Amino acid sequence: MNTLAAVRQGRQGYLLSAPALALYISLLAIPLLLTLVLSFNVFDYSSGIKGDAYTLSHYSSLLGDPYFYEIFLRTMWISALTTLLCVVIGVPEAYILSRMGAPWRSIFLILILTPLLISVVVRAFGWSLLLGADGLVNQTLQAFGGSPMKLLYTPFAVVIALVHVMLPFMIIPVWTSLQKLDPAAEQAAMSLGASHFTVMRQVILPQIMPGVLSGTLIVFGLAASSFAIPGLLGGRRLKMVATLIYDQYLSELNWPMGAAIAVALLLLNLLIMLSWNRMIEGRYKKSLG
Amino acid sequence: MAFVQLEGLGKRYGEIDAVVATNLSVEKGEFVSLLGPSGCGKTTTLQMIAGFVEVTSGRILLDGRDITHAKPASRGLGVVFQSYALFPHMTVKDNVAFGLRMRKVPAGELQQRVARVLKLVRLDQHAERYPRELSGGQRQRVALARALVIEPPVLLLDEPLSNLDANLREEMQFEIRRIQREVGITTLMVTHDQSEALSISDRVVVMQAGRITQIDAPYTLYEHPRTEFISGFVGKANLLPGERDSAGVVQVRSGGDLTLSLRPEKIDLHEQNQGRLQGKIASRFFLGSQWLYGVSTALGDISVVRRNDGSTPLNEGTTVGLDGDAKLLRVLTVDEVSA
Repeated sequence: MNTLAAVRQGRQGYLLSAPALALYISLLAIPLLLTLVLSFNVFDYSSGIKGDAYTLSHYSSLLGDPYFYEIFLRTMWISALTTLLCVVIGVPEAYILSRMGAPWRSIFLILILTPLLISVVVRAFGWSLLLGADGLVNQTLQAFGGSPMKLLYTPFAVVIALVHVMLPFMIIPVWTSLQKLDPAAEQAAMSLGASHFTVMRQVILPQIMPGVLSGTLIVFGLAASSFAIPGLLGGRRLKMVATLIYDQYLSELNWPMGAAIAVALLLLNLLIMLSWNRMIEGRYKKSLG
Repeated sequence: MAFVQLEGLGKRYGEIDAVVATNLSVEKGEFVSLLGPSGCGKTTTLQMIAGFVEVTSGRILLDGRDITHAKPASRGLGVVFQSYALFPHMTVKDNVAFGLRMRKVPAGELQQRVARVLKLVRLDQHAERYPRELSGGQRQRVALARALVIEPPVLLLDEPLSNLDANLREEMQFEIRRIQREVGITTLMVTHDQSEALSISDRVVVMQAGRITQIDAPYTLYEHPRTEFISGFVGKANLLPGERDSAGVVQVRSGGDLTLSLRPEKIDLHEQNQGRLQGKIASRFFLGSQWLYGVSTALGDISVVRRNDGSTPLNEGTTVGLDGDAKLLRVLTVDEVSA
């Protein structure tokens, strides 16, 4: 019996994973559970949270109010558009990256990762400097005789900034699955009469689908729960679910309502991601293992 | 006019010559192997013919047509890769049908041709499987079927058997030869395995440091290696000093200025004090059908191969006499290029 099997058989396995388990339980499981409990607590504007009284009213108002529908819908389409743009930009970028020569590949890979090294707040302010009413983009427009456009505090600003942040999360998994490709398969396809486009679409793309799938899951999940970018670039009126939760907690002080929205977002995210995963993986599981 | 013709074909990578002014003619239906150690330029030559590597100088003619700068897709050659390069996300059938789909072959004909070629490579039972569900030998045959189904004018095989284990490799050698004969397709195979090259080719092209050093039929190549390198690379050889006597016949002579080659199986083993050379058995290896003896003599260590005919083998330390027919000695030229 090898060491791994011995560890599996004995109790050392639990012992060894205990620190990580403790961290997960104290920092993830317990707060999640508390949030779930909180979302059922009764809230009264004059006396605050009633810890011993429970109600479904937060969920029922969430389901009954078109105001919430609008924000949830906006969050979903902004996240979906961000994910789509990341696929459209990231997949070719990863492919080009995998085809680069020795010094350039590492340089560009680091360049792609640099956005992750800068604080998301700093980056969001950078975008607002660019897109603001007197920003660089509008100044340029005016210099060429155009009229200034409202760019900041629009979904456009939120999507463009989200794509900027999320792109590495798409490129890295796609790049990893590109590494596993046999370069001779492309040559084989070409020798059989396929054009470059056909090779891309019928040989390369199907093989990197697992990478694209992981990328879309990460990007969608992060975008749907993103807070700083919609908060800073969407402004007060263009709310997304995360900023809505923030408002409920800190402006309205209605913690149970905020908790209920957070739970709803978590469930919706889970539902979308799991069914997406099922749909794509089901198609490629049999062939790619 | 030969079917495939390489005229002064060359490839430079920066300062390094990978292939130097190579000339080769391959007749229609012929099976030619490019044999050489790794880095000799044989794979580069094949890739230039396939169109995956840009040609630096010279021309490639296919049936009289200049294809030197044609795109791989328009050459229409069948290529089998060392890694097989199957499409892992497609079934065996779809892999094989790929080339036909690219040619927009109608569905009915496509089905027929795929079925026929899968039968030819004996994989008709596995049409619906995925590559990862197949063994190495089966994957190899899928790759072969995929290349053959487009009915290419030329089949290019790049080390097709090097990823298979020894038994399977031998089996596949005969299989490839059988299929090649049955289809009658002109075939060029790259290999570093001399026994593979000898057993299935009509002609073997030996390459060394980017140059062709000998082109011959397998038997001629084995019996008449031109250089010291080839005699050692193709089969085993004993290198002996020698010189020509007054009648012009080559004889083994210690201190002679010629280099002679004598194959281990062409040396006779005798009792002590018989034969022209005395020696002592220093080592003994059992190869199944043969015994390989290492005999130390005044001319150095000499390998001798004896058929395992069921008699008791000679023990290490036994003193023996060696002899051989002078007609079987081959004079080698000094290598003009270093491997």
